[in-house]
Amino acid sequence: MERSRREFLKIAGASAAIGLGAGQVMEAVAAATNHQAAPEAQVAHQPEALKATRWGMVVDTRKIESAEQIEKMVEACHKEHNVPMLEEERHRIKWIWETHFHNAFPSQATDRVSEHLEHILLPVMCNHCENPPCVRACPTKATFKRESDGIVMMDFHRCIGCRFCMAACPYGSRSFNFRDPKPFIPEINKAYPTRMKGVVEKCNFCVERLAVGKLPACVEVSDGILTFGDLNDPESEVSKLLKENYAIRRKTNLGTGPSVYYIV
Amino acid sequence: MNDKGKIVTGLVIFAALVSFPFWYNLGKAAPPPEVVLTDKAKAAKECVLPKDEIRTEHMQLLDVWRDTQVRDGQTVYINAKGKSYIMSLSNTCLDCHSNYKDFCDRCHVYASVDPYCFDCHIDNPKETK
Amino acid sequence: MLELALKGTKKYWGLLAVLGGIAGVAFLVYLYQLQFGLGITGLSRDVSWGFYIAQFTFLVGVAAGGVMVVLPYYLHDYKAFGRITIMGEFLAVAALVMCLLFIMVDLGQPMRMLNVIFYPTPNSMLFYDMIVLNGYLFLNIVVGWNVLEAERNGTHYQPWLKPLIYLSIPWAVSIHTVTAYLYCGLPGRGFWLTAILAPRFLASAFAAGPALLILLCLIVRRFTRFDPGREQIQSLAKIVTYAIIANVFFFLCEVFVAGYSQIPEHTDHLKYLFFGLHGKGVLVPWMWTSMGLMFGAIILLVVPATRRHEGVLAVSCAMVFVGAWIDKGLGLISGGFVPNPLHEVNEYLPTGPEVTIALGVWAVGFLVLTILYKIAVSVKEDNAGVLRTRVIKG
Repeated sequence: MERSRREFLKIAGASAAIGLGAGQVMEAVAAATNHQAAPEAQVAHQPEALKATRWGMVVDTRKIESAEQIEKMVEACHKEHNVPMLEEERHRIKWIWETHFHNAFPSQATDRVSEHLEHILLPVMCNHCENPPCVRACPTKATFKRESDGIVMMDFHRCIGCRFCMAACPYGSRSFNFRDPKPFIPEINKAYPTRMKGVVEKCNFCVERLAVGKLPACVEVSDGILTFGDLNDPESEVSKLLKENYAIRRKTNLGTGPSVYYIV
Repeated sequence: MNDKGKIVTGLVIFAALVSFPFWYNLGKAAPPPEVVLTDKAKAAKECVLPKDEIRTEHMQLLDVWRDTQVRDGQTVYINAKGKSYIMSLSNTCLDCHSNYKDFCDRCHVYASVDPYCFDCHIDNPKETK
Repeated sequence: MLELALKGTKKYWGLLAVLGGIAGVAFLVYLYQLQFGLGITGLSRDVSWGFYIAQFTFLVGVAAGGVMVVLPYYLHDYKAFGRITIMGEFLAVAALVMCLLFIMVDLGQPMRMLNVIFYPTPNSMLFYDMIVLNGYLFLNIVVGWNVLEAERNGTHYQPWLKPLIYLSIPWAVSIHTVTAYLYCGLPGRGFWLTAILAPRFLASAFAAGPALLILLCLIVRRFTRFDPGREQIQSLAKIVTYAIIANVFFFLCEVFVAGYSQIPEHTDHLKYLFFGLHGKGVLVPWMWTSMGLMFGAIILLVVPATRRHEGVLAVSCAMVFVGAWIDKGLGLISGGFVPNPLHEVNEYLPTGPEVTIALGVWAVGFLVLTILYKIAVSVKEDNAGVLRTRVIKG
């Protein structure tokens, strides 16, 4: 009975997603399992959810003036997602953080970087790759790429903490909970779950905000440095920005296809 | 060789040890727990599923919610009566049932289960954890 | 046959007690790790794998090395190894037990380990590693146990074992190949991103595994009435010689490619390991020691006089084993993670609790090995006894 209910809901969800008549499938399943309880349950998106086929971000490095601007993004993100502030350097958890140009782009940095680039700090985060090596490496599909919108996600419930994804990520974008993070969260945001020790976490492009029609937390406080949108939509703001400006991505030679662009 | 005595003694000791939980708790059945509903929960009148079902199957429902929400990205659950809920333990379930100790814990302690959902989905975090 | 493990000398029980004691202490430390998290180790977000996974990698090699006695006996009908195949198989069993334990202690959420089976993911190399490691463990237990039992009963082993024995030979190669694939398929880790990693792993495995086996043979001869045999030890020594030369050769190929191409993503890791980078280099003395040991061992093993002298051979084998252990058990993993993807140098050193847990896993492995070898040696001793009485009576 328990099994059948679970299966039935899964089928219901799947059929709704691929646009089949969910009702028919559910009736069939309900009849087959002789299940009396609430056979007409359905799942859906929130109407106000933001949708795209491939979410992406453009960082306009020309607009970066000070480190405080980046710190504001980091703070907004880490507060939203209950990211702990650990004293121990090696246990730190970072979803988005600031770094130098030659660290973000080790193979592109030359000895004659423009003065502006040399002096500013860039925000770096998960690149939500088109072809993510972390997803390839994960033995439990705990990290996966959402086919609908290209976001590379973590299922904290399923992660076994093998850290294969951390070895696979060529951007150092993943962090591991080396200890229980809860005592180190300055102010808990009850709307978003915390994590338990022993799982990997990273930037999720604010899926929980996109679902309710809000832009990512970092974008909101970025003073226009960050632009977020659908890379597959030629009319989107990100597409327009990329059409008009020269932008680079991190370690493109590895074939990962990052979705975060930097206008330099 | 005649080890009959030893074997029988051993068996008796074994049987006594194995059945220990049963005779130790004999006649001490704890009364079934009473859960307390918050005002918000009372005002809502009904839960996501009918009372009997949510009581016995909330864990299965949460399991499905989890996969649908996290993995498929769909966030709304529409029940048989056509009422919509956001699929979220933190923001839907624990919003109404914001009295962890007098609601969730009552049955969980009685049934001696210790789900770790609440380690991360916090409303009123357990004092012990 | 298990009852043979229950009758032993005081020394045997003493050894078991010591190993059990170490494992017990380590288990307590592991409970602490379970409670606190992997933060008790020296791992970091930059060096996310360390001592545990390195020991695992090294021991997969030791397990695969066991095939070097199985293969000549069953494929080339090299009769002399018939005496010691069981020692190779049981060594593989003990090594695999350690491998699996090292993976377990490395997991952040070990209770969810079975998710690997509940949500099988064929695009993950770890999925295949789970299959080949467990499969090889199963093969070695079944083959080793049944062949030994047949030997004890004075009969020929069951015919259905033959295909399993043949299967176990390529399977041994597969365990270390897949383990190398864990690393060498990752983009952005220049140190591991080399097609020669799997061959290199196999070469070091076929050196370190048989080297340990030689040492174990010498110990068995010393403390029991079973002599694995001089010819057997000398044949193994030749295998060790060729394998360690191949290992060093492969390594020098890596050094050439990195050094001559001078691509920073490849040279930086070697620079870090052997000279230090940005003023940091805790592993520098270790890496040079490893090189010294391996080169020294090659000289001692190639020169016939020193190879034939069993005392010197024991020293050479210890050198091979320790050299390969430093190379794989310390340098390989750290070296791949430093510098990190953002080209920062954050070093890794295992902590006390981490080393204690690792020692505990080694103790469990040697406990398993001691018990299995006790059984095998008892069977061999009994058979020798029966033969002797037959000769006298006849």
